Amino acid sequence: MNFVSPDLSPAYAEMFVLTMTCLVLVVDAFLRDSQRGITYTLSMLTLVGAAVITSQFGVDARISAFSDHFISDPMGDILKLVVYATTAVVFLYSRDYLRRNDIFHGEFFVLALFAMLGIMVMVSAGSLLSLYLGLELLSLSLYALVAFQRTSTQGAEAAMKYFVLGAIASGCLLYGISLLYGMTGTISLSGLAENLTTADQFSLPLLFGLAFVVVGLAFKFGAVPFHAWVPDVYQGAPTAVTLFIASAPKIAAFALAIRLLVDGLGDLQGGWQDMLTALAVLSIVFGNLVAIVQTNIKRMLAYSTISHVGFILLGILTGSQEGYAAAMYYTIAYVVMTTGAFGMIMVLSRKGFEVEQLDDFKGLNTRSPWLAGLMLMIIFSMAGIPPFVGFYAKLTVLMGLVEVGLTWLAVLALVFSVVGAFYYLRVVKLMYFDDPLDQGKPEAATDIRVLLSANAILVLLLGVFPDGLMSLCIKVFQ
Amino acid sequence: MTTGMPLLSLLIWVPVLGGLLVLGIDDARSSVARWTALTISLLSFLLSLFLYAGFNPDSSAMQFVELRPWIESFDIFYQLGVDGIALPLILLTTFITVLVVLAGWEVIQKRVGQYFAAFLIMEGLMIGVFASMDAMLFYVFWEAMLVPMFIIIGVWGGPRRVYATIKFFLYTFLGSVFMLASLIYMYMESGSFEISALYALPLDMPVQILIFLSFLAAFAVKVPMWPVHTWLPDAHVEAPTGGSVILAAIMLKMGGYGFLRFSLPITPDASRELDWLVIGLSLVAVVYIGFVALVQTDMKKLIAYSSIAHMGFVTLGFFLAFAISERGGNMGAASMGLQGGMVQMISHGLISGAMFLCVGVLYDRMHSRNIGDYGGVINSMPVFGAFMVLFALSNAGLPGTSGFVGEFFVIMASFQANFWYALLAATTLILGAAYTLWMVKRVVFGEVANDKVAALQDVNRREFFILGVLAVSVLALGLWPAPLTDLMGSSIDNLLHQVMTSKLVP
Repeated sequence: MNFVSPDLSPAYAEMFVLTMTCLVLVVDAFLRDSQRGITYTLSMLTLVGAAVITSQFGVDARISAFSDHFISDPMGDILKLVVYATTAVVFLYSRDYLRRNDIFHGEFFVLALFAMLGIMVMVSAGSLLSLYLGLELLSLSLYALVAFQRTSTQGAEAAMKYFVLGAIASGCLLYGISLLYGMTGTISLSGLAENLTTADQFSLPLLFGLAFVVVGLAFKFGAVPFHAWVPDVYQGAPTAVTLFIASAPKIAAFALAIRLLVDGLGDLQGGWQDMLTALAVLSIVFGNLVAIVQTNIKRMLAYSTISHVGFILLGILTGSQEGYAAAMYYTIAYVVMTTGAFGMIMVLSRKGFEVEQLDDFKGLNTRSPWLAGLMLMIIFSMAGIPPFVGFYAKLTVLMGLVEVGLTWLAVLALVFSVVGAFYYLRVVKLMYFDDPLDQGKPEAATDIRVLLSANAILVLLLGVFPDGLMSLCIKVFQ
Repeated sequence: MTTGMPLLSLLIWVPVLGGLLVLGIDDARSSVARWTALTISLLSFLLSLFLYAGFNPDSSAMQFVELRPWIESFDIFYQLGVDGIALPLILLTTFITVLVVLAGWEVIQKRVGQYFAAFLIMEGLMIGVFASMDAMLFYVFWEAMLVPMFIIIGVWGGPRRVYATIKFFLYTFLGSVFMLASLIYMYMESGSFEISALYALPLDMPVQILIFLSFLAAFAVKVPMWPVHTWLPDAHVEAPTGGSVILAAIMLKMGGYGFLRFSLPITPDASRELDWLVIGLSLVAVVYIGFVALVQTDMKKLIAYSSIAHMGFVTLGFFLAFAISERGGNMGAASMGLQGGMVQMISHGLISGAMFLCVGVLYDRMHSRNIGDYGGVINSMPVFGAFMVLFALSNAGLPGTSGFVGEFFVIMASFQANFWYALLAATTLILGAAYTLWMVKRVVFGEVANDKVAALQDVNRREFFILGVLAVSVLALGLWPAPLTDLMGSSIDNLLHQVMTSKLVP
């Protein structure tokens, strides 16, 4: 029998990250607590190396490898680069936070890197099997991360909720996948696409399978009515972990949706479009309304995330290339804004003082005008006010919707962004119009301040010059 | 003509970047912040004078055009230009901003840098709105403007400032999102966001009506027209003096400008169909709000309501053209209605600004805006009293002041349209005189009300200068409005031609 060694080059980045993560795991076991900096540095080097590999071996067109289980394409490359950058930003923001709370352990970095590897596998998944593998690697790492502050009962509770609900979601997804496999006899996405025709969107068993797949997807996205875990996990997890959960996995969820629904089940669009419409409308309406009554900043951001997810789903459900590009642009813009917002929470926290409540933002402008200005930009961007990136993200999604004739959805989304503006404005009101509760100055390290500034200014710059990222997103879907 | 210099870009970005510079100056060096802000606002004013000097009033085409690609993926261009409609408003903006910076000189003591920065950034964004030739660029400036205004009212405003500023923001934001939906729809139809391309886009009547209504939602809130005016008295009363001046003098004009730039030329047939709606709402504003103004006890609130009534005149003038043309009337009268509306906008910018500054002068001394706390101010502040009476008279439309010209034009035009329009519109001459002069009588004249009033200091040199400059411009415009009307004449005629051309698909 002739054994042909497969071409490994499409997956070099994944292999590198896997090797390095194992290395970090081993090295960390031999380090004393005072030497954790080495773990941190090694993790950062992993990200840099992965970024170099991905950009070196970047492809111009889609390549399938490993018997169709793996796909390498421009969309995947860009998403992976964003994921590396996000993870690096998370590590940087978290360093001081973890030290302060005495949880500067190697597990954080190892688990986050494994989660990132899971995202990379999902982004490049070419079959239902690899998609599921990546998803589980991501999810299991995240469950552990949420509970990773061992003394925190809140964290344990959140992790338990997350685990139970996440397991149900995975079960749903798996059941849906089994139905799809049963109907088509293949697990490869391209095989699915070949075996299905648009006539199949009326086939009941297929729709049944599709519904389960979409439910699983909605859980991972945190779309209403499968959102119950989002606020609890955001609140219960250590802020560093919340930052990670709120950012990178959304890219994974976007990739999951594109790979599964568009690449694999594109012919069933008539089926999933309605399902996604319901999810998107509920998420936007519910997310924005419930966010208004929150007093905890992390919970508020959780509901705000839910409404952003609604917008991402709106982009996907258009079923057009413009819509997918818009959803991708929205996802990236969302990640940039969210890292900024949670980064701000960590910068404002001090030893013995955790920023938890919205009221902790009171009078920030008096305490630190610069930080208040940065937060102002992030918040107005989330509200979708130009000239910040959030506006263009909403704009592209709305244009995608109007283009396929779903103007009513666009108008609905617009009206609810006005509702959403209310709770965002409240944050600005607290920062600018109210007197501070405490006079303590934020004491974050310089590099973290610089990073936060760069993060917020990126929100502005991507808004003033939106074309670069936008045309990149459009190009990968052509 | 081309100067080779991107004048409009400079006019937008000098104040914005200058504002960011001032933002960085902390309270310890507040006088540096003041002087920098003044320099930047004067520089912008100077630049706008260059614009005026280089402008050719005989042409109705866009001038000083700048065109650069901005968001190529969606054919959005950074496209600027001015015509005879935008130019006077840009001049008004730069002029008023200088005065606003001066007006906040000693009054503002907390967060001085941020205060001036907010006004300078506002100035740049407002000029951007007037100079945009691309609908999406227009929208970006239009919305971005809300951010500094939100901060201005909320930080430096009165006791109920939080309520007022959130109301202001949400009202205007809600109005604008409908406009955004329309703009996206038209982009899908025409493949361009260029405003002139939207002019050429044929549209069916039902679509036109929807688009017209969405524009109305955006612009009526900004003007503001009855019944969506309720944010204005709150915002005006709670805003600091400078904020009130910018709101009344320029931000309200955005709505009027929007009608001229978007509603009328993009949806001419729907405007013809629904002109009764706008005219009706305008007349309600003129008559009903006039009565409301009469009973106010708060000076700022009174002027705010008077602003609504005066802006009702503006929208009335803009939408008279259809009724006139249907009666076979002469187009000269229609153009007079439009011109009257425009002159009224400029004149109201000056007068309302001046009135708010007058109230500001009193408020800085007495910390009360309540009419009942005053009386006989003229005894202790003779110079100030003279200014206030002059501005009050021009607010009431006294011939010889700028307030008269616009109102006269609009009433003349409405006679050509419908006798009843004219009759109702003309009641403003009585109502306006009643509420303004009655306020002046109670505040400025009469017995000295209390010891505090008796101890008032008259205006200082800075205040004298601000009020003096405004008084001169109000009188100049009232006695000799020709330079202003010449400036916009051919652009108005061009617009009128545009409005009278049906866009329905035959």
